[in-house]
Amino acid sequence: MDMDLLTNIFYAMIRTGTPLLLVALGELVCEKTGVLNLGQEGMMLFGAVIGFIVAFASGNLWLGVLFACLAGVLLSLLFAMVALGFNANQVATGLALTIFGVGLSSFVGASWVGKPLAGFEPIAIPLLSEIPVIGRMLFAQDLLVYLSFALFALVAWVLLKSRIGLIIQAVGENPNAASAMGLPVLRVRTLAVMFGGGMAGLAGGYMSLAYTPMWAENMTAGRGWIALALVVFASWRVSRVLLGAYLFGLASILHLVAQGLGLAIPGNLLAMLPYVATILVLVLLSRDAIRTRLYAPVSLGQPWQPGH
Amino acid sequence: MLLSLQPRGEASRAMLWFSPLLAALLTLLSGALLFALLGHPPLETLKVLLIDPLGDLYGVSELLVKALPILLCALGLAVVYNARIWNIGAEGQLLIGALAGSALAVNIIDWDSRWALVLTLLLGTLGGAAWAGLCAWLKTAFNANEILTSIMLNYIALNLLLFAVHGPLKDPEGFNFPESAMFGDATRLPELIEGLRVHGGFYFALLALVVVWVLLQKSFLGFQIKVLGLDKRAAGFVGFRDKKLVWIALLISGGLAGLAGVAEVAGPIGQLVPQVSPGYGYAAITVAFLGRLNPIGIVFASLLMALLYLGGENAQMAANLPQSITQLFQGMVLFFLLACDVLILYRPRLKLWARKPALVSAKEAPAT
Repeated sequence: MDMDLLTNIFYAMIRTGTPLLLVALGELVCEKTGVLNLGQEGMMLFGAVIGFIVAFASGNLWLGVLFACLAGVLLSLLFAMVALGFNANQVATGLALTIFGVGLSSFVGASWVGKPLAGFEPIAIPLLSEIPVIGRMLFAQDLLVYLSFALFALVAWVLLKSRIGLIIQAVGENPNAASAMGLPVLRVRTLAVMFGGGMAGLAGGYMSLAYTPMWAENMTAGRGWIALALVVFASWRVSRVLLGAYLFGLASILHLVAQGLGLAIPGNLLAMLPYVATILVLVLLSRDAIRTRLYAPVSLGQPWQPGH
Repeated sequence: MLLSLQPRGEASRAMLWFSPLLAALLTLLSGALLFALLGHPPLETLKVLLIDPLGDLYGVSELLVKALPILLCALGLAVVYNARIWNIGAEGQLLIGALAGSALAVNIIDWDSRWALVLTLLLGTLGGAAWAGLCAWLKTAFNANEILTSIMLNYIALNLLLFAVHGPLKDPEGFNFPESAMFGDATRLPELIEGLRVHGGFYFALLALVVVWVLLQKSFLGFQIKVLGLDKRAAGFVGFRDKKLVWIALLISGGLAGLAGVAEVAGPIGQLVPQVSPGYGYAAITVAFLGRLNPIGIVFASLLMALLYLGGENAQMAANLPQSITQLFQGMVLFFLLACDVLILYRPRLKLWARKPALVSAKEAPAT
């Protein structure tokens, strides 16, 4: 395999991994507070379509990014209202959010399908981007990818080093104790759900404004779901989320590798790879039930109301 | 003003059935509001969506054609969801059913015997069951979360289907369209009424309805499945073998979805095409919840969902609305249902000012 191909693969790996990283970071924070939101795919799609429409209409890509985030937050508030406020089953509510988000985004975006948009362009950082292989991979990406690096650092710092991280963990591990200590459990959870929504919206915006600057129905193609598996893969640890996102990114672009090696495998079969990889990873990591339970936040997915 | 909720102490049976009706009503209201905002006359558009499609016998037949696959998938989901196994994979199981059936059907085009149809349907059903069996295997042997595995299998199934219609199953005389050859007559489900598309799959849906009803409401197996869903540990204490139950529930669910898929290709479509299903397997999730995981409730819910599909097509032609209105309403009704379900366990109290600490208090919901 020659150097150029390797450089291209690593470059594409980061690009493809970025939306996964963004959603998974949001979902990680959300799950750390004990809330399982299966609505990622729906929030991503809504973010993608709103971001695209706003950017297209205003001609301002960053305004699109902002509205993509807001769109995700808006949908996440619906989830918070029903699952946290009304105590509904989180699995069912998350599913409902995805079904609703898929429908809403196709409805809103119906007349925007296939319109061309000049999306975010890669910006090479002088000198650094000239390092072989690594340079193009890390320092010749578009601004949203750089933003994702920064957000990763932020989330890692908050979860591991800050007081907020302790609060999040307390609420997720034992909401009763956290509440007894005077922590506002439901407010913390709502904020975490909103953060997850914003990140999913941002990931959607990345899809429709940078990765493939256009809108198409269901363009996220299950990335919201893969991100959920990624959090399990990462055993709820933030550094592993980063690793996992790029590994899955790599699995999604293996067709590039196959082409590079001159293999003629039908595209539809190669397109299955990220999904097959997700299942394999789930199998490898869930096999030990006790280990999974050790790492998962104790109250994950369980409804909680003050005074119970 | 605050809306506060007081626990009822026990579940209200009246609300159990009132909640889906309320959810449907709220969906209609929000739909009307949405149409008004988009500049369509609300009542007129609702009529185009929900009443006009049923104007004649053809419309009723089309309603049944669309309700059949949804009903079959949702009946299967009722079985697994009663065991609290979250199979989201009905769509993939349906596609594999269609694919497996087609793989046989295109190879026996010139058969003249009725066995051609029987074998095709059987293979489709087995295909769907096997696809769900994968989830069961991954869950029982490796403890892998069935929500995620079944979703991933949906995407894999879709890609397998696309691979098949672009490759091995493509009609060699089909001008390079990604479609299989048309099935032979012996492999087709007969029309029930001459000239209308409603087909013999109708009888299978009736049969499935009776079987699932008996299974869930009258059989020991159904009882075991429900106990497993209510309390996994209790099921273990009384000696129910939970892994076996997971397998059985998923195989039934996948088999019914597979049957739905093969009945589509052997029925109204007549060949394998990339768009076998406009999301019937996902719609079935909403239908299963809306029908309260009860076979009879699910019949009504699938008819309603089929009407939404039909109305979506009609709204596209008559009112120039995007067809995705179907998915939008589908999501709305499920969301409203989950929100209304709060009434089953809690009694709402409107209070003008807060006096004592309420159990749950939320500012009145913003309209969606």
